Amino acid sequence: MWSFMGSRLTSSARCMSTSTKALNRLGWWDRVSPASKDPITGVTEAFLADTNPHKINLGVGAYRDDEGKPVVLQCVRNAEAKIAGCDFMESNATAVGSKLVEESVKLAYGKDANVVKEGTLAGLQALSGTGACRLFAEFQRRFHPESPIYFPDPTWPNHPNIWRDAQVPVRTFQYYHPVSKGLNFAALMDDIKNAPDASFFLLHPCAHNPTGVDPTAEQWREISYQFKVKSHFPFFDVAYQGFASGDLDMDAQAIRIFLEDGHLIGCAQSFAKNMGLYGHRVGCLSVLCADAKQAVAVKSQLQQIARAMYSNPPIHGLLLVSTILSDPETKALWVKEVKVMANRIQQMRSTLRESLEKLASPLNWEHITNQVGMFCFSGLTADQVDRLVREFHIYLTRDGRMSMAGVTTSNVSYLANAIHEVTRYN
Amino acid sequence: MTSTSTSTMLSLASASLTASLSVHENLKGRLKLGGGSLSFNKEKANPFIKTKSFSRISMVAAIKVSRFEGVTMAPPDPILGVSEAFKADNDQKKLNLGVGAYRTEELQPYVLNVVKKAENLMVERGENKEYLPIEGLAAFNKVTAELLFGASNPVIKEQRVATVQGLSGTGSLRLAAALIERYFPGAKVLISSPTWGNHKNIFNDARVPWSEYRYYDPKTVGLDFDGMIADIKAAPEGSFVLLHGCAHNPTGIDPTPEQWEKIADVIQEKNHIPFFDVAYQGFASGSLDADAGSVRLFAARGMELLVAQSYSKNLGLYAERIGAINVVCTSADAATRVKSQLKRLARPMYSNPPIHGAKIVANVVGDPTLFNEWKAEMEMMAGRIKNVRQKLYDSLTAKDKSGKDWSFILKQIGMFSFTGLNKAQSDNMTNKWHVYMTKDGRISLAGLSLAKCEYLADAIIDSYHNVS
Repeated sequence: MWSFMGSRLTSSARCMSTSTKALNRLGWWDRVSPASKDPITGVTEAFLADTNPHKINLGVGAYRDDEGKPVVLQCVRNAEAKIAGCDFMESNATAVGSKLVEESVKLAYGKDANVVKEGTLAGLQALSGTGACRLFAEFQRRFHPESPIYFPDPTWPNHPNIWRDAQVPVRTFQYYHPVSKGLNFAALMDDIKNAPDASFFLLHPCAHNPTGVDPTAEQWREISYQFKVKSHFPFFDVAYQGFASGDLDMDAQAIRIFLEDGHLIGCAQSFAKNMGLYGHRVGCLSVLCADAKQAVAVKSQLQQIARAMYSNPPIHGLLLVSTILSDPETKALWVKEVKVMANRIQQMRSTLRESLEKLASPLNWEHITNQVGMFCFSGLTADQVDRLVREFHIYLTRDGRMSMAGVTTSNVSYLANAIHEVTRYN
Repeated sequence: MTSTSTSTMLSLASASLTASLSVHENLKGRLKLGGGSLSFNKEKANPFIKTKSFSRISMVAAIKVSRFEGVTMAPPDPILGVSEAFKADNDQKKLNLGVGAYRTEELQPYVLNVVKKAENLMVERGENKEYLPIEGLAAFNKVTAELLFGASNPVIKEQRVATVQGLSGTGSLRLAAALIERYFPGAKVLISSPTWGNHKNIFNDARVPWSEYRYYDPKTVGLDFDGMIADIKAAPEGSFVLLHGCAHNPTGIDPTPEQWEKIADVIQEKNHIPFFDVAYQGFASGSLDADAGSVRLFAARGMELLVAQSYSKNLGLYAERIGAINVVCTSADAATRVKSQLKRLARPMYSNPPIHGAKIVANVVGDPTLFNEWKAEMEMMAGRIKNVRQKLYDSLTAKDKSGKDWSFILKQIGMFSFTGLNKAQSDNMTNKWHVYMTKDGRISLAGLSLAKCEYLADAIIDSYHNVS
């Protein structure tokens, strides 16, 4: 109970022994120590505080254009114009939420998927990816209180926080191979086989965060098969659909494979990155069920969990997403814009790798273009990262993860030079 | 256990498949349980028991039994059920007094003019949609604390308030509950009897124990003040006392200023910590400042307190989910530390809060012109409710010849009124008169028009006198 981050509580009893006077003087919150900064948002905070003109933010995974500016997609602006002035209120909220779920699941599972047509899934709008994961974690705890969850090693740092705060024990399975900077497939399969039957696994279907390393389709099929053998529960965290290949359906391939194989999966979807709706907190949680009746029961439980946390997600974001996805023209525009974003990132990957090779770096930088999605797991050590921050005002997380979205044609040379500087003598 | 049997079955099945992927290819899930060919649906218990064949077919079909087989239907939300029943009713005279959302005299939802103006400003500026920091929009946090305490309040000037944007009242209460669970494990929250239905859910899910203090006295249809004080006194030292800042939900019964002083006395005496839920600032009296009186009284005594705020009702931003949790500490340093821990709790819940509602509030409250316009709209909304109360009281007094004292309708404050009707009487309201309300006898005056007051009076009188 006292082992949480940042605590320096010394006794398990509350301060009952302290006299009233002393307590009043110290206040109730004396026992509260400062929490350590979030490893990801802490990077942005430090970046914002830096006044150096050459500074680069490669921290948080938020898309930037080639001028390094945040982007509001045109399809979003169109949707904003459409909904402006419409009086949507709490009375419409349910209908809007249902529409969002309807459109989201088509995106993940395919619009012609049986589960979508037959309604054998429980779907609920959620507070972006984080909120969807948390809902599922709480749900998992409620109905399988003894079961831990397995995360790939490494994974997004907030995943263990989410499941821990839901009181679910966390485990990892091997994933990233630090030498090859690719997938450690053999070890991954071993861990899947060795886990107790019917374990819960979290999978990144594409654009793995933080490594950018994804299994191939064939590897996914093997993983899916082994999951069947072991009766594991696959939970997909879909945060980057569209950002891996530029093609939304292609990026959902892993999910479709599992679906074909008959798995009843869970899925957290986020519209933060692929629609640029970061601050609106729009996402969707879906859990595939054996039949429609069970889907109703599961949904009722998820709604109850949400009710005690925040009731409903904010309507503005839900409206934007459902407007975009249900209008064919706007949706087509969105599909194009996703491709533009994905292409720009791929371009920056190529340019960065070429620049490093031109500088005659002693190291192998293939992984920059092998890895996929927003992030590059550079392989830089914590010390090298610290040097990048201190000497070059380049901000990234200490695990060496770089958000390629923060790279532009005007800063890529500076970046390459800096990386070369901190790695040339290793 | 189901899952063990499953894996046994599957291991056996897979043994017969040791071979090739081609067999595996053939299995790709084209079997549907609903098709009936495998009769799984009929078995509530382990469905595999019926399966005789360990063929390839049973392996794939077996997968379709969900891990969540044991999930039961959650009980329906009592308030939502009222709205649904109302929608289904075709009677012309029907009246929805279940809704906790403001309606105009024409019984339509209302978007405040200041909100429309703020949204237009936002569209014009074309601002980006980047993530807010975990603690929310800084401009919002600043104005919300100032609105609550007053900009010149020492707690603000001395930077002793940790303010974190939350998802309306619910989300802010949940963050506070999580903070209590983490830093005061075992400490209880005392909640009024009755209170808003979701309070219990929030504390239950946050694993914070709670107990009730007496509040509503059915005999007087007023406050059981002695009971309230006694129960707060009897609670273990260092409990959290959940108080409604104004316009108590569901009763509409608020302590008087003198009673607030006495409540503060006993809380200080017992070293409890006051925890305010302020969901109706502005809706009680029509004055934003006056409605913050109870909170300011406690703060003025130098007490540390928690305050959850919501802009759902007073700015009509129900669906945008905008509110805040404020923790008043004895020092700026403590406030900084508390804020950091609130962030630590928010990050694994939703990462960062939504922008839209925060920007609306920041624009409205932060702009003097819009703020004044808002104050006027607030007075108008609260005024409409006061008028409706008066008309209802007048109708009841004129029509009811029994001499019953209906003045509690005027004494109660805010959107809701506890009529004193019991469950059977409330059912009569619905079944005979098509008046929809909650079973605890609560009516929402926000859903009542002047035009319908007489009809409602008839319904109440009939239910009260002719049904037991």
